[in-house]
Amino acid sequence: MKIIVCMKQVPVQDSLLKITDDSRWVQEAELNYEINESDHYALETALLLKEEHGGEVVILTMGPRRVKEAIKQGLAKGADRALHINNESFTTLDIFINAKLLAAAIQQEEADLVLTGLQTDDYGFGQTGVILAEKLGLPHASIVMEILKQDGSIKVKREMESGWFQSVELPLPALLTIQSGISQIRYATIKGIMMAKKKEIKELSLSDLGLAEGDVDDSTSSLKFHKLYVPEKTKQAELLEGDPKDVAAQLVHKLKNEAKVF
Amino acid sequence: MAKFQALDFYNVDGLLSDEERMVRDTVREFIDAEFMPVIREAYRNAEFPRQVIPKIGELGLLGSNLSGYGCAGLNNVAYGLINQELERGDSGLRSFASVQGSLVMYPIHTFGSEAQKQQWLPKMAAGEAVGCFGLTEPDFGSNPGGMRTRAEKTANGWVLNGGKMWITNGTLADVAVVWAKTDEGVRGFLVDKGTPGFEAVPIHGKLSLRASDTAELLFDNCEIPSDNLLPGSQGLKSPLMCLSQARYGIAWGALGSAMACYDEALTYAKGRIQFDNKPIASHQLVQEKLVTMLSEITKAQLLVLQLGRLKDQGKATAAQISLAKRNNVHEALEIARMARSVLGANGILDDYQAMRHSCNLESVITYEGTHDIHTLILGNEITGLPAFS
Ligand SMILES: Cc1cc2nc3c(=O)[nH]c(=O)nc-3n(C[C@H](O)[C@H](O)[C@H](O)COP(=O)(O)OP(=O)(O)OC[C@H]3O[C@@H](n4cnc5c(N)ncnc54)[C@H](O)[C@@H]3O)c2cc1C
Repeated sequence: MKIIVCMKQVPVQDSLLKITDDSRWVQEAELNYEINESDHYALETALLLKEEHGGEVVILTMGPRRVKEAIKQGLAKGADRALHINNESFTTLDIFINAKLLAAAIQQEEADLVLTGLQTDDYGFGQTGVILAEKLGLPHASIVMEILKQDGSIKVKREMESGWFQSVELPLPALLTIQSGISQIRYATIKGIMMAKKKEIKELSLSDLGLAEGDVDDSTSSLKFHKLYVPEKTKQAELLEGDPKDVAAQLVHKLKNEAKVF
Repeated sequence: MAKFQALDFYNVDGLLSDEERMVRDTVREFIDAEFMPVIREAYRNAEFPRQVIPKIGELGLLGSNLSGYGCAGLNNVAYGLINQELERGDSGLRSFASVQGSLVMYPIHTFGSEAQKQQWLPKMAAGEAVGCFGLTEPDFGSNPGGMRTRAEKTANGWVLNGGKMWITNGTLADVAVVWAKTDEGVRGFLVDKGTPGFEAVPIHGKLSLRASDTAELLFDNCEIPSDNLLPGSQGLKSPLMCLSQARYGIAWGALGSAMACYDEALTYAKGRIQFDNKPIASHQLVQEKLVTMLSEITKAQLLVLQLGRLKDQGKATAAQISLAKRNNVHEALEIARMARSVLGANGILDDYQAMRHSCNLESVITYEGTHDIHTLILGNEITGLPAFS
């Protein structure tokens, strides 16, 4: 089975974010990056499938030079090779453009399965995988927790709301978005790290993907960033007066209708 | 416990290769996820958490700067970074790995026969077999040349008599590298666990390095086959070569302890409120401690990195290694004590790490050449005048 895993690098959780002077984005130079959490699980899922059924695991990453680090980590854990769509200005593009780029790269490979994380820890859209499936014309399932490979198809377990699960069967090739926390993620071993040096990382430019600058720049983005700001803190206190019974009733009313906590 | 934030004031990370950083990060993750949750209990119970042995074997951390025979073949900087992260967990864990890699696998790799290498190295790299190193004796610590343990040649092999003291991994070990006097001077021997006449007795009552197995080894007419001699070992120089390897790793390891203590003290000082609703970190005396830690850790980081680069070029001298061991362990101990004091009464609890590190470092400053012995080594180096006796 040939499996492509889409992985993104995101700022380390709990990073102290500073907004740029034009209020359009965060100051990236001071940030440290890590692999997006659910992408770890997508990779782990792919590696487990490969261990069981054989085949190849290919990492696909998009972004500036720094994402090489994420690619190398994935290769050190056992992926066979990687594709890197190299561009310095992808971060503020909309998902349609991202999916267009990813799809162009995936179309050059004949994959049986494409895996993405459920969502990214930076934007949290949760749509890249789904839109990518549409672009590729592949059947997809989201929030996948388990995969059972059958002859020419797969059966997956999806997580629904309130502790419900759904079992779905899809023909291959297919695309799945993978839920976090579904398995024990492996460590990169020292040998894996040494071997990663020799694995191929193929650089893909826009022209390699049959695209031009105008196809993917800010002007074509349907998503426009107007202003980014830190939530404004306001202090508000209200003193409820009256006898305890009356105050309690007022409080319940406010919690219900104003704070909407129940 | 808050997640460990490693101090890197001088962007030393920028001097590392991608691979070196990845090796460091994978060990750091492992320690956070699998070692920190078990160390407190292990230390309390005075037990080495032996369940981690196969895991660190699988990661490739044992004998990782050796090549072939299942070893990872890392450079010395990456090897140092592994030691740093292991000791950031606990000196007992780093001691386990130092003994296994530098004091057992290294002499087998360097002085052993092909059969010995085949028999032990792959299993030891995988954490499937454990080794210990017996040099120190009850009456000969700083002066191992005076050792009394003897090996007499017989028709079929050798007979060992004597005893070794303070031996890390002593009761855990499947095989002991034992240094003994022969008619041809000091030689190294491999003694398998369970050989008649060989016994390992645990040492109890340690207030330091509690999560480490320390034992006394006793040899009473212990007969071993001639194949168990390390054929390449010759004189006291052989065990001293092993010590040089281990001391190099200790210089990195102690830095890990210091970084753990600094991180803990800084976090605590920013959160602990005393006087006028202010964090203790706002007081000048506390800042002075934190800044001292910051400076010493930064210097120590640059020291071991350059030493590692020299070692990779084959240019590191024993004296340079002495300086790094002496400096980094001494500073780490000072930092651990300072961190403990910043934590006030909480600092004496095992909910925090500082006192555990501080107690551990009392052993680390003693073994592998005491602080004072390294002073004498360096004094001799620069003056040409030995002051040992
Ligand atoms: C936890 C632990 C684990 C250990 N693990 C091992 C192991 O795995 N294998 C092994 O072989 N050994 C091991 N050791 C032993 C260690 O290497 C010795 O303890 C060390 O070499 C010091 O020897 P000593 O304890 O006999 O002290 P001594 O040599 O008696 O020294 C006592 C004091 O006298 C000072 N001193 C000695 N000679 C001089 C001198 N000429 N000039 C000035 N000062 C001097 C020393 O600096 C020290 O302060 C371990 C020790 C400990 C504590």
